[in-house]
Amino acid sequence: MLHIYQASLNSRLLLGTARFPSPAVLSQAVRAARAEVVTVSLRRESSGERSGQGFWGLIRELGVLVLPNTAGCHTVKEAVTTAHMAREVFGTSWIKLEVIGEDDTLQPDVFGLTEAARILCQEGFEVFPYTTEDLVVADRLLAAGCGVLMPWGAPIGSGRGLNNLFGLRALRAHFPGVPLIVDAGLGVPSHAAQALELGFDAVLINTAIAQARDPVQMAAAFAQAVEAGLAARLAGPIEPRDLAEPSTPVLGTAFRG
Amino acid sequence: MRILLNGAWREIAGVELAAALEELGYGERVVATAVNEEFVAASARARTALAEGDRVEVLAPTQGG
Repeated sequence: MLHIYQASLNSRLLLGTARFPSPAVLSQAVRAARAEVVTVSLRRESSGERSGQGFWGLIRELGVLVLPNTAGCHTVKEAVTTAHMAREVFGTSWIKLEVIGEDDTLQPDVFGLTEAARILCQEGFEVFPYTTEDLVVADRLLAAGCGVLMPWGAPIGSGRGLNNLFGLRALRAHFPGVPLIVDAGLGVPSHAAQALELGFDAVLINTAIAQARDPVQMAAAFAQAVEAGLAARLAGPIEPRDLAEPSTPVLGTAFRG
Repeated sequence: MRILLNGAWREIAGVELAAALEELGYGERVVATAVNEEFVAASARARTALAEGDRVEVLAPTQGG
């Protein structure tokens, strides 16, 4: 069971809702992923449109927890205002805080992020900061009041997996009691399994599932991968070695001596 | 007066944000609002007066990652 703020989650797979081929496929993928938390966002809507209302109805029917994001925000002010708007519309104090610093990599602006996190935590939000694997930034975010961290695996949508294994291992080792969710950049289920094997508590997947040829089947594959990764972590993986160590008993080998 | 609604100029007659939203056709829809980058809660829309040139954002739920 994963405890984040007041929530207790069985599922270690959080699912983004963007870029699916249709609302029906999105619904099926949420079920196939066995996700208990999905991310959502806010966008401008003209008075002639109804898409936002339909989308929100669909999400409510799924009966999952929603984690609104501040995607697209580049300043502290934008992120804080968006968080307030999201809290009212979605009826949750949870906010996946994104303050983007660089458009090619969508790398977090960690200075703006820590400032926005400080403001929002003081205002009673439960902040899920989208951050890098930087230990000092992580410290600042925790000091600001964040109860969970969401380090990137690789740039959003890149599908490259865990880019900085050393940094991610150090983060896990440095904050043993803090829920850590790898967010962004995972491409295939083995990446998710690896994150859980390293001791990360969960992963947030969007593009890798939504843009797969068969998103529902891929959602199921990711669900299996996180379960396998968690089970492996709990089972205690062996330490890698540089040299071979015979697995078959050596004592009593024929033709020796 | 003219306001900048979601990045486009619109002419409105209403003075308060609540009246402007009604006039602009948002009615009872689930939206969040901000004026000049400041959040305006739904409960505060009826007493939030708009001024010429105000930047009004009306946001609705959408897919997100």
